[in-house]
Amino acid sequence: MKKTKSISRAKWGYICILPFFVTYFIFSFLPLVDTIRYSFYEYYRSGIRTIGPNFVGFDNYISVMGPDFFTYLKNTFILWIIGFVPQIVIALLLASWFVDARLKIRGEQFFKVVIYLPNLIMASAFAMLFFTLFSTSGPVNSILTNLGLVNGPIDFMGTPTGTRLLVALMNFLMWFGNTTIMLMAAIMGISQDVFEAASIDGCNPRQTFFHITLPLIRPILTYTLITSLIGGLQMFDVPQILTNGQGNPNRTSYTLIMWLNNLLRAPDYGRAGALSVYLFVVSGILCIFVYKMVNRDDEKKPSRRLKRN
Amino acid sequence: MKKRVVSLALALSMVAGLTACGGNPEGGNAGANGGYVAEGEEGKVINIYCWNDEFRTRVEAVYDKVDHTSEDGTITYLTDGAEIHWTINPNQDGVYQKKLDEALLNQGSAAADDKIDMFLSETDYVVKYTDAEADIAIPLTELGIDPEKDLADQYDFTKTVASDANGVQRGSTWQACPCLFVYRRDIALDTFGTDDPDEIHALCSDWDKMKSAGEELKAKGYYTFATYADTFRAYGNSISAPWVEEGSTEINVDPQIINWINDSKEWLDAGLIDSNIKGQWTDDWNKSMSSESKVFGFLLPAWGIDFVLNPNWDGEAGAWAVTDGPQAFNWGGSFVHGCVGTDNAEHVKEIMLAVTADKENLMQITKDYLDFTNTQSGMEEIANDESFGAEFLGGENPFKYFQPAASSIQMTTLSPYDQGCVELIQSSFGDYFQGQVDFDTAKANFERAIKERYPEITAVNWPE
Amino acid sequence: MVRKNNSNVLRSFTAHFTLILLSFLCLFFFYILIVNATCSHAELQKGFSALPKSNALVNFKNVANDGTFPMLKGIVNSIIVSSLCAAICTYFSALTAFGLYVYDFKLKKVAFTFIMVILVMPTQVTALGFLRLIRNMGFYDTLIPLILPSIASPAVFYFMYSYLKSNLQLSLVEAARIDGCGEIKIFNQIVFPIMKPAIAVQAIFTFVGSWNNYFVPALVLESKDKATVPILIATLRGADYMNFDMGKIYMMITVAIVPIIIAYLFLSKFIIAGVALGGVKE
Repeated sequence: MKKTKSISRAKWGYICILPFFVTYFIFSFLPLVDTIRYSFYEYYRSGIRTIGPNFVGFDNYISVMGPDFFTYLKNTFILWIIGFVPQIVIALLLASWFVDARLKIRGEQFFKVVIYLPNLIMASAFAMLFFTLFSTSGPVNSILTNLGLVNGPIDFMGTPTGTRLLVALMNFLMWFGNTTIMLMAAIMGISQDVFEAASIDGCNPRQTFFHITLPLIRPILTYTLITSLIGGLQMFDVPQILTNGQGNPNRTSYTLIMWLNNLLRAPDYGRAGALSVYLFVVSGILCIFVYKMVNRDDEKKPSRRLKRN
Repeated sequence: MKKRVVSLALALSMVAGLTACGGNPEGGNAGANGGYVAEGEEGKVINIYCWNDEFRTRVEAVYDKVDHTSEDGTITYLTDGAEIHWTINPNQDGVYQKKLDEALLNQGSAAADDKIDMFLSETDYVVKYTDAEADIAIPLTELGIDPEKDLADQYDFTKTVASDANGVQRGSTWQACPCLFVYRRDIALDTFGTDDPDEIHALCSDWDKMKSAGEELKAKGYYTFATYADTFRAYGNSISAPWVEEGSTEINVDPQIINWINDSKEWLDAGLIDSNIKGQWTDDWNKSMSSESKVFGFLLPAWGIDFVLNPNWDGEAGAWAVTDGPQAFNWGGSFVHGCVGTDNAEHVKEIMLAVTADKENLMQITKDYLDFTNTQSGMEEIANDESFGAEFLGGENPFKYFQPAASSIQMTTLSPYDQGCVELIQSSFGDYFQGQVDFDTAKANFERAIKERYPEITAVNWPE
Repeated sequence: MVRKNNSNVLRSFTAHFTLILLSFLCLFFFYILIVNATCSHAELQKGFSALPKSNALVNFKNVANDGTFPMLKGIVNSIIVSSLCAAICTYFSALTAFGLYVYDFKLKKVAFTFIMVILVMPTQVTALGFLRLIRNMGFYDTLIPLILPSIASPAVFYFMYSYLKSNLQLSLVEAARIDGCGEIKIFNQIVFPIMKPAIAVQAIFTFVGSWNNYFVPALVLESKDKATVPILIATLRGADYMNFDMGKIYMMITVAIVPIIIAYLFLSKFIIAGVALGGVKE
């Protein structure tokens, strides 16, 4: 009796996840297959004429996979990491401050509202704003000069480090508020009893943070890491606009998606397809990595729900 | 006209590029299949593709059938009941071309009122659209325009540029774009003790003289030019062979381009050019034309004075003057084409004649917009008209200088790849000028970028 | 005790100082944007000014009257797309999370793993095929391809799933069943309300993401009257001839972001309260 009941409920499981999978199949899977198919063809436009599609085997894959690929992969990673590390550190700090009643943060609501604000501006508009602000004749330079901090204007976007730092700063500003809210939600989800117990046991704030808060919010931290990593791999708008699509100086801020974008715009469908497949593989590798992390969590806490059934 | 907003460039990315998967240019062989023009009655909607409102203002100024334009500038109503619908897409980064190509690919299947009837192209890519094989732009004779007779007063080089390899003219322009040296009078007085155009010309009649004048300017704290890109057209439009030869897939970098690179590096290192301004069409560049700027002058065509310098100048009129620069060259030029498959052939013909062939109309445009228009006799008249003066230039008559400069222009070295080559060589070598990379790395970066933009390019040849 | 108080004072000071600094950083850019939107081009040419000027109305009129960049129409389009996206994305993600969390079925593990795998796949990878598909389906230049695919949002799903895991007691579902609730009713009337805080947070994030999305709209939209705000902003900044009126450009960006900021100011309390609500549960 019990068994038949659980089988009949399995149906509901399928029904619930059906819309997701149907949508995914139509709007992502089919296009993916199509993209892969074109990666084996020579297919581009020259002027108003279309060349191809002609089957060329793995030619596109060979032409895309050169030292450039790894340079751009490295660029993408660097741009992501120098934005992500400060973002997660600051967000953890802020989140723990916000939930700490002893600190009596004044204007808490105000600060929360403000730090999330940059996330609302579209990346393209934000990058354009930064470009103007940090240009050699821009407000930032004129303020620095007026304060007597610098002699001549600083050419922020003239050096690889400067450009990368600007990109990182923008990513940081756009996302640290978001992450703070996420982490706060997680920390507040922890039972107050745990904190009280820790306090009674004589934990100082630092110990509480490292030994209680951090381990307990690990799932959300994982989530943040995953979403940020996806975002990082897809990094496009900000460096594209800041550097006019060239990733200058010397292509040091040129990301993989900027490359894909340039290939698609040419348009060179064949090579764009091949690059897409490589990107897919890189994503896959990240996936396995992430999946292992998530799974390790599951193994530690044998699922209660299964037993209860 | 040449206007790209290089640095504010946006990722107008995949947009059009992708939309063409599958499908060949259906409009392409219309000529072979029969008429260039749709059969039947003249349609009521004239679709015109362009990249800013400049052409619209010219049409409004001189086409006698114009009744009024809607407040938002998207539709111009004609007195005979027809409407011109303007489709405007930005020129920079090839966006305009992508959108246009997209629409051209659908031209065959589009409804009559959705078909493109006219489109504009710029000198940098006019050859792409006048190509005989592509057969997109209608030969003028098919529209009932006889270039020999109707366009006799136009400058010859503009006609050559608008013709395909067989000499069939497929477009027409209302402007010619010789460039002059436009300079600040106050800076000239401060440095050289004179602001007289002829005396200033004597100081900059060739590049060597210009450089020594630049040293004097530098001593006074001024820059000769705003950016290395400002001198590019002087070199870039004087190349001896096209970037890509007809039928070839290899890019040939002309020795003139290398000269530009070497000279720019030299000038920049010597402090004669403001190293903080990276290219044209940027906010920094705009600011270099304001009263606060330390930049002495610009090499601009007539449209540049009206369209770029004037709006960016925040001081009194009369602060700028023009004279001949070190070298005569052409910069820009917008060509008007009838599009194959149009159902408005009569209107296309009328507009084309009104805006590009009628001497009185062209003179009117010159007087209203300071454009150097495509009428040899008209320009000569204005050049010799003692009473004519441009208000912005404090009453100076710039055509006195433009008119002779126009006659020396040769434009025989165009290729469909010019826009990409010009944009990318400037951005790739920007790093080299700024001291970020060495010469060879800049070369390699140019090769990478150009092959991304044009997949069919197989090699880049540099001069020895 | 005194020492402890001192350290708290110091921590409190550090916290406030950091917050003020970060808030300054965040607001500084908005401030400059808004100040610049009140300047005429000539005023902007003179360099940065710290105080607003008087040209705001002129700039706004220029923006509102420009048919090449129908900003108001664009805002309406963006609101339609973003609200629908937020609604269906959160609902179906919650449903999927519910299905995978509450029920046991053969493909459960596979389905979960699959979603985790596609979580990291960049959308751009499928761009090429996506466009062909949309064309074949006849959805080209419509708002539909911007809305429908959001049903399958792996990241939102994962958030919902984590939330369910820590906030939904399965005994509650059992109890409802005993009371005779159907499975659909259980989701809509019991589980969905429990998930409200998570849904509120994700709805905002989805709304914002969709509002700012540039990539997909640029791919599938063609005509001006369908354009969303980012498309217009993009076109605008490529439009060279408009760059000679930077005041208008700044005003356009301001107009583009103000609606969402107003909406956010109204909703922010709700969001943060919702987050707090989620914390009280357990």
